[in-house]
Order: sequence, then C-alpha cells, then structure tokens
Amino acid sequence: MNALTATDAGLVGCTRCGLVWHQDVSHCGRCGAHLRIVNSHGLQAVWAWWIAGLVFYIPANLLPMLVTTTLGHAQKNTIVGGAIELWKHHNYGVALIVFGASIMIPIGKFIAVAYLAIMVGNERRRGGAPHLHMLEVVEFIGRWSMIDVFVVAILSALVQLGFVASIHPGPAAASFALSVAFTMLSAQSFDPRLIWRGPDREKK
Amino acid sequence: MTAPVFQQDQDLSGLIACPRCDVLHRAEELADGQRAKCARCGTVLMWPREGAFLHVVSFSFTGMILMIGAIFFPFLEIAAGGLSHKSSIFGVAMAFSDGFLAPLAFAVLAMIVALPIFRFVALIYTLWPLANGRPAYRHAATTFRLVQELQPWAMAEIFIIGTAVALVKIAGLATVSLGPAFWAFCALIIVIALKNSFVSDWTIWKAIGQK
Repeated sequence: MNALTATDAGLVGCTRCGLVWHQDVSHCGRCGAHLRIVNSHGLQAVWAWWIAGLVFYIPANLLPMLVTTTLGHAQKNTIVGGAIELWKHHNYGVALIVFGASIMIPIGKFIAVAYLAIMVGNERRRGGAPHLHMLEVVEFIGRWSMIDVFVVAILSALVQLGFVASIHPGPAAASFALSVAFTMLSAQSFDPRLIWRGPDREKK
Repeated sequence: MTAPVFQQDQDLSGLIACPRCDVLHRAEELADGQRAKCARCGTVLMWPREGAFLHVVSFSFTGMILMIGAIFFPFLEIAAGGLSHKSSIFGVAMAFSDGFLAPLAFAVLAMIVALPIFRFVALIYTLWPLANGRPAYRHAATTFRLVQELQPWAMAEIFIIGTAVALVKIAGLATVSLGPAFWAFCALIIVIALKNSFVSDWTIWKAIGQK
C-alpha cells in the first residue's frame, strides 16, 4: 500500500480534525490545534512521561494503598496485598480485576510504549497495522488502571464506622494516580504517524 | 467512499489526512449511516448519521440532568453492628482531602464529575446552533477541541466499575444499600455510550468550519 501521505506531498495533516495544510502553517485554521510535522522529536516527550510514570509506579507498589482499622487494630495493605486479600476471601473474579487493572495493565503499558518507541525507525520492524493496534489498545485500556484509585476513594468515604471499622487512603493512592496519569500522557504523546514512516524517509 | 489520493490536489479543503497514519484521502459526501475508513490503517474517518447533532445535544442534556441528580442524591450507605454511614459522590472525592493527598481529591472530583459535565455543556454549546442549521457560536472550535482533548480524562464509566469492586470488598464487612445516585450514575454510563455512537468528528468539524 503506497498511498500518498500528507508529509510526502509536502503538506501537514491536522491530527485533531484531519484537515490538510501547507507545511509552513503552524496552527490548523479550522480547529486551532497545533500542526505537528511527523518526526521523531516527539518521542522525547513520550520517554519523559514514561520515565515519570515508572518513577511513581515504584512507591505506588511499596507504600500502603489502604489503611484498615478494625476494633483498634490497624492493617496496612499495598496494591498486591489487597488483591491477595480478595483472593483469600474467595473473591477470585474481583481479585483478578484488581490484579489486572493495577499490576498487569500498568506493566504491560510500560513494555508496550517502550517497544513502540524503540521500534520507530528500526529497519527490521514489521510496522504498520499491528503496531497501531497495539497503541490503540494501550490508549484504550490505560485509563482503566485508575479503577484502584476510585476503589480506595469509595472505601475510605464509606467505611467510617468509628471504632468498629474505618478505612483511610494510604500514600500509594497518590503515587499510583500520578503514575497512571503520566503513562496516559506518554501514550498520548506518541505520534501514531511515526509507526508508518520507514527510516529512509525519516531522514528526508 | 473516500479514495486514497495518488496525485496532489491544489485545493486542500477537500482533503482529509488520516490522523493515525497520514494517508491523504479526498473527502466525499457520504450517505446516512455510511462509514469512511482510512484505506491503509482502517481508522474511521467519517461517520455521518441523520440527525446526529440533535441526538448528541439531547443525550448531553439527559446526561447533565443525571449527573446533577447523582451529585445531590445519596450514593451509598453501609450499616454494621448498629452503626451506619452514608456517602455522596462528593464525599467519595473528599475521601482524599486530608493532608498531602488533597490535590488527589480535586483530581478525582474532576475525573468523575467536573469533566463529564463540562463535556456535556460544551457539546450542547457547540452543536445546538449547528443542529438548527445556524452558524456555530463564537469559540465553538476551541470548545469542541477541548471536548476531544479531555475525553480520556473523563472517567465516569471507570468510576462505576470501581464502585462494583468496592461493593464486593465491603460485602463481607457490612450491609450496603445503593442510593438513587448510584442508579443515576449507571444510567449515565449508558447515555454517554449512546451519545458517543452519534459523534462523527469530521462531520462536526466540517459544520463548525462552514461560516
């Protein structure tokens, strides 16, 4: 498939609304979005957000996410601890949702975005549709990691029964939320048009 | 249907560049319900539907009313050992309001309430004049661009799944009763999904662009 791209035609396409402009135009005249010419400089932003996300992912897993006090006895749970707790109480389905949303999805995202960014401009890449599909899955599924932050919020707001039982959020909630937000920004900064451009045409 | 372009056109206004893979296409008028997909990567470029603007406006209105209801009615209530405690949606966000977690309270409030409401209002503002065949209001382009850019951060549907997980976690500890706000939120998710099925970005941008 060798259809003409906007870049090859000496033009630039608006990634927001699709309208096409000459390359010396800086902002789309219809929707006002910044017109970005396809080049790999944008990958710096991807890596910057990626690293920020990874840095915050570490305390998110080491610090407690939930502090549960029952009859004066306080118990601190990390993210993994919470999933294991659910598993022990035979809530297998929910344990898998929590484990998937807070462990598998974030780690999968880190690997997928890094792989896509590394493969841009690699001669041996197969490129094209599978890579775009991968990015779309990352973009779609990445937001769902935020589920654990909402669970903590709901539990802490609801379970306030004084001495009997009370739940408070731990510091990991904030670092986890930041980690999810940063990885979302990382995936959003990745320009999918790079996936389709081979290294030869990249030099220009 | 749209065809990929193999020669450069002089008039750029009839062209559409796939935002995902950059292939140029000539935009052609589509019949109601037809979809135009990118010839290379398959991304849906246009998807006009009869009366789409009015549908989006009415779904946005419904969504806004449900959200206002969800804010003011009780959300969840638990009872255990003679004690009970209830929380509103607002209370859920405020769970983080202690100490250094406070910014997270604002973020949660934005993701589950403020951004969905803003998107409803902005969509009504953008599409109301267009649905009536009048030119768009001032700053409609900026407004609709914000609607698109903020989409990933509006997380109402994720919140409701989070509620389900939380309910399972509490189930062994106390009895939970679901308030009207919970059901309003469930209905809201369906309304948002219906609304999204009528949004064709290119069609809306084209209507905004016509002065």
